[in-house]
Amino acid sequence: MLDRFEIHEHDVLVIGAGGAGLRAAIEASANGVSVGLVCKSLLGKAHTVMAEGGIAAALANVDKEDSWQTHFTDTMFGGKYINNFKMAELHAKEAPERVHELEHWGAVFDRTNEGKILQRAFGGHKYKRLSHVGDRTGLEMIRTLQDKGVHMGIDVYMECTVTKLLKDGDRISGAFGYWRETGKFVIFKAKSVVLATGGMGKMYKITSNSWEYTADGQALAYNAGAELIDCEFIQFHPTGMIWPPGVSGILVTEAVRGEGGTLTNNKGERFMERYDPKLMDLSTRDVVARAIYTENKEGRGSVHGGAYLDISHKGADYVKKKLPSMYHQFKDLADVDITKGPMEVGPTCHYSMGGVRVEAETAMSCVPGLFAAGEVAGGMHGANRLGGNSLSDLVVFGRRAGLYASEFAKKNSQAKINEKEIESSEKEVISFFENSGENPYAVHMDLQDLMQANVGIFRTENDIQKAINGLSKLKEKAKKVKIEGSRMYNPGWHMAYDLQNMIMYSEAIARSAIQRKESRGAHSRIDYPDPNPDDATWTSLIKLGTNGEMVVGKAPVIPMSKELKEVLKNDEGRVSKYSNLLK
Amino acid sequence: MASPYRMKNAKFKVYRGNASEGQEVEYTVPVEEGMVVLDAIHYIQKNQAPDLAVRWNCKAAKCGSCSAEVNGKPKLMCKSRLDDFNLDEEINVRPMKSFPIIKDLACDVSWNYEVNKKIKPFTPKENTNWIMKQRDVDRVQEFRKCIECFACQNVCHVIRDHDLKPKFAGPRFFVRVAGLEMHPLDAADRLSDLKNDMGIGFCNITKCCTEVCPEDIHITDNAIIPLKERIVDKYYDPFKMIFRKIFGMQ
Repeated sequence: MLDRFEIHEHDVLVIGAGGAGLRAAIEASANGVSVGLVCKSLLGKAHTVMAEGGIAAALANVDKEDSWQTHFTDTMFGGKYINNFKMAELHAKEAPERVHELEHWGAVFDRTNEGKILQRAFGGHKYKRLSHVGDRTGLEMIRTLQDKGVHMGIDVYMECTVTKLLKDGDRISGAFGYWRETGKFVIFKAKSVVLATGGMGKMYKITSNSWEYTADGQALAYNAGAELIDCEFIQFHPTGMIWPPGVSGILVTEAVRGEGGTLTNNKGERFMERYDPKLMDLSTRDVVARAIYTENKEGRGSVHGGAYLDISHKGADYVKKKLPSMYHQFKDLADVDITKGPMEVGPTCHYSMGGVRVEAETAMSCVPGLFAAGEVAGGMHGANRLGGNSLSDLVVFGRRAGLYASEFAKKNSQAKINEKEIESSEKEVISFFENSGENPYAVHMDLQDLMQANVGIFRTENDIQKAINGLSKLKEKAKKVKIEGSRMYNPGWHMAYDLQNMIMYSEAIARSAIQRKESRGAHSRIDYPDPNPDDATWTSLIKLGTNGEMVVGKAPVIPMSKELKEVLKNDEGRVSKYSNLLK
Repeated sequence: MASPYRMKNAKFKVYRGNASEGQEVEYTVPVEEGMVVLDAIHYIQKNQAPDLAVRWNCKAAKCGSCSAEVNGKPKLMCKSRLDDFNLDEEINVRPMKSFPIIKDLACDVSWNYEVNKKIKPFTPKENTNWIMKQRDVDRVQEFRKCIECFACQNVCHVIRDHDLKPKFAGPRFFVRVAGLEMHPLDAADRLSDLKNDMGIGFCNITKCCTEVCPEDIHITDNAIIPLKERIVDKYYDPFKMIFRKIFGMQ
């Protein structure tokens, strides 16, 4: 029966070709196994390309005092102490090596006067820590990895969407999907699979995320029996564009503030004084996003409902050199010259701290042979991610996932492909053509409205419950959406499938959010406004129940080593507000 | 708030079809302030033609996915603002002309990825200390701004009119090679590849590529001409030619 499908076979299959996927593929390939790399878009267009500000690593090129210990301490404070400690430790220790490696592969970072890699300040980082290339660091990173990868004999499958992970018993055996171009199905046999599919932001109305970010990897893992953690923690980046309407949500890099930009309200006040007098404009993203939201709610917002962000005092030459794409973005899309006056900004859905639960060292999930790295994985960033820690996360854990997935493939044989799984997945994806329900775009817009209104920056029990009720209705509607046209390059059909994933993850967010009755990091409950240190011992856990229902529970935070506790001792004042881990 | 833009509609003619057959279909789209062509295409997708094929990702001119020909000019649709057009006339949107059409606005750009594979990768000098001055990397950084929208490949007449694709790599890849050749710490030599396999000689520096580059890379002046000069210097310098003849070196 499988004869009628196109079949490819690899030792390791990597799904997703952003920073994490490319880095995983490079590592696996270097480890001597055959690697397939599947991506939904063309190679080099993944979300990593949109990262702007920099990659965080304690190189200590600018601030000599910096160390992995300080980076670890900052990351843990940013994540409000429910991060997977081990991941945060590995990340802080290995990030410098990964940055140097990028340089050795051809990346050209901005330089210090002595000719070393330059580092800039960023929110929540005690020292100047972000290696960067103006404000297009992500482009530099993805192109470096892409150009490295194409010479390693990796087979790249572009514009291909995976709809199901295949299993033989507990073990992973491959993946099933379709070519976007032709709509034809394809089977990938593999001994191990690395998920590197990124995030989920398209379920929110105002988002910096592209069409690709529909929680695909999270849903693939969930349906394959993996666990999801920390789903309630969604990062709203404080500075997205808000005007004109067509550009709303597009990211304005934190590097604007890193380079000295200041936030003001309609009274000209530097309002961050009220929310975080110490770190001010370079406070963590959760705090700044809430501050802008609150200023608006209390009538002190900018003309179009945000805040003013001004870097013009730095002079035109400096701004154009350090923030060239911001200069063009505002000039071309909003008629604003940021070298002469302020831009208007407001919060935009940006990043998911939660995701697939993995083992820190190996990046493997609880499904043998299934690995996850980058935004699709959870744990590293806890309740809130620091700017710059995402790009470093991609290469640190992308490399680890690639390494251990290839080791797994060497030790294990190819598991069997289950024909029934393929049949059911095929049927599910094609069934949309027989439907007579709503337009998938209309259901998507309803989903965005529902999530934006009810599970946004500030949350209450009532609102979240409203979302859960609304989602169960949308789930039914989404199954019945009507598709026009053929299977050839049909975005309406693609949306129909993506919708199922977005609704699944929306439910995971809502159910995790209602369970956490406190405010911590990016999760702000109006009905429980303070953090409860007792709640730092667990993370939300979501998995698929035996009857197809979503099961919500708690997973214990892994115990912290004595060595790491020593590191955090210097920061005891901040720790004790959120966690009893040092007691 | 009554905005004068809300009152207006824009008329679009969008190519619908595949490589063998297709036609331009007319759509009417209500105009909002600050709208770009890609917004209009999305409006059409949501409301009138859900199966309209189009590539896009960032919607902020950073990924280079949404290249098309707007009123016959290669553009990123996310950067083409409607208020730059005369809305009394139809706006024509077609896929890039130099590549085979897959469907509607999506075309097959895979050839570019094949060209890229053949370029000798970055090869660092041995025992380098990785110290580079900013002034020495400035021009390399200009080339590395490229977002691979392939507008330069699309407009270049060597590809567009003469279709010399297999013999000619195109401006995008001359930019990539320039970024490698001018990297202060690179030790590889790509001049013979440029001259022979990549066909840089076909370029007669009409600067069409530079004009359409959304990243404002000075493709012709800063990448192609210096590379051509290096080739002339290496292969056509009369003293070096004699030297090569006598000693039989390449």
